[in-house]
Amino acid sequence: MARRTPLHARHRELGARLVEFAGWDMPLAYRGALDEHRAVREHCGLFDVSHMGEIELRGPGAIACCQRLTVNDVARLGDGDGQYTLLCNPDGGVIDDLIAYRLAADRLLLVVNASNAATDLAWIRDQAGVGVEVADRSETTGLLALQGPEAETVLRTCTPLALDAMAPFTIREGLVVGRRALVARTGYTGEDGFEIVLDAGDTPAVWDALVEATRRRGGMPAGLGARDTLRLEAGLPLCGSDMDATTTPLEAGLGWVVKLGKADFVGRPVLARQAAEGVRRKLVGIRMEEPGVPRHGQPVWVDGVAAGTVTSGTRSPTLGTFIGMAYVPLEAARPGTRVEVEMRGRRLPASVVARPFYRRVSRERAHADT
Amino acid sequence: MQIPDDLHYTREHEWLRVDGAEGVIGVTDFAQDSLGDVVFVELPPLGTVLRQGDPFGVVESNKTVSDLFAPVSGRVVAVNEALRDRPEAVNQEPYGAGWIVRIAVDDASELENLLDPAAYREHLAREQSR
Repeated sequence: MARRTPLHARHRELGARLVEFAGWDMPLAYRGALDEHRAVREHCGLFDVSHMGEIELRGPGAIACCQRLTVNDVARLGDGDGQYTLLCNPDGGVIDDLIAYRLAADRLLLVVNASNAATDLAWIRDQAGVGVEVADRSETTGLLALQGPEAETVLRTCTPLALDAMAPFTIREGLVVGRRALVARTGYTGEDGFEIVLDAGDTPAVWDALVEATRRRGGMPAGLGARDTLRLEAGLPLCGSDMDATTTPLEAGLGWVVKLGKADFVGRPVLARQAAEGVRRKLVGIRMEEPGVPRHGQPVWVDGVAAGTVTSGTRSPTLGTFIGMAYVPLEAARPGTRVEVEMRGRRLPASVVARPFYRRVSRERAHADT
Repeated sequence: MQIPDDLHYTREHEWLRVDGAEGVIGVTDFAQDSLGDVVFVELPPLGTVLRQGDPFGVVESNKTVSDLFAPVSGRVVAVNEALRDRPEAVNQEPYGAGWIVRIAVDDASELENLLDPAAYREHLAREQSR
């Protein structure tokens, strides 16, 4: 039977359509993915992402361990800072993407994808070395994501934390609805927002209060359906779909995450060589010129040759167009390149476009414009 | 789950509303609910001649793709152009604004191969208990 988050009963009460995702019973949508998507873009949405894995590295060797296993530079983090990073295998392939938070000099929190949590944990335990204890906190931890332009306004009503002083990717410990929590300014929607790490037992009460606060600002609970269309518009790759153990971060357009200048790390020799020689294929954004949802595995034709593959796609609720991501040969990766996506035996015209498909207006810009 | 009394149904979850010599075709409330948010409906060209059971279009949601099958034989005389901009009408009003095509029915006796509301309700119960 599929695993359940601490909010399973809440989802049922809210009438969510539940689906199995990565071995978990998860809400696909409550009211409808389209409404939920718009709520996040215009106001805010509250997601249960308790299925994600939380792995803690503790001990004097915690930072060294993370430095060796991930591609970004952990040494740049002070206490309370986080960074987007990747676990790579020795071939430079992506095991998972994650956010690493430095809670203290001897304590790191890794938030990983649900679908890879067991693999990540086994890999990290195997590679950990001395002076570090690897603790799986997934089972006892709830994780909420409050996302949207009004996320800060909503969360402010539920916490004494100085949210306005929190920069992106920072994490603070404090009370949310009177419960001890870690609050991080991150997300996976292309909007401003927060992720809130809680004890599983505290999660339902915090969820209830946040649902109410969210609704007061015109927002609503949102499910995995909206989460996927939001992240696609934001051009954020999904591990397991847009990248995996057979693709490297450089091919996936995540070269900026890989810090070749730091000390040796798993996958570095391959990635350094690829950086020097250049990649042969690249993950690009595609926009269909005729309607149809690009789907994982569909061939992409370039100059009459099946030369690439779609990795994910959707109809963009914000743009009204059909968008996706695909690996194409480097020669076809330039925005504006005409390609074809094969769906249901037909080849439909599409264009390579720059990612992200959607970019939010920053708070500063929004004020400057008004 | 709405199953209007005045419609004919297929086992593949299309409905047909007889309107004189013509028939309007759409997908049922059950179908739209199973599909999830519909993002695209591929419509056949006007004049397409369909035989009963022929695939004539496609409904796509973010979750899945589903073929549409002609409940009866006939020629397509109208398609719901509004779905090009508002495919979500299939979810919101599957028996109204979410209609898909209108056909000139060839042979009214083919209606006998379709399910009446009671039979469709039983068909759903069987499918759901599987």
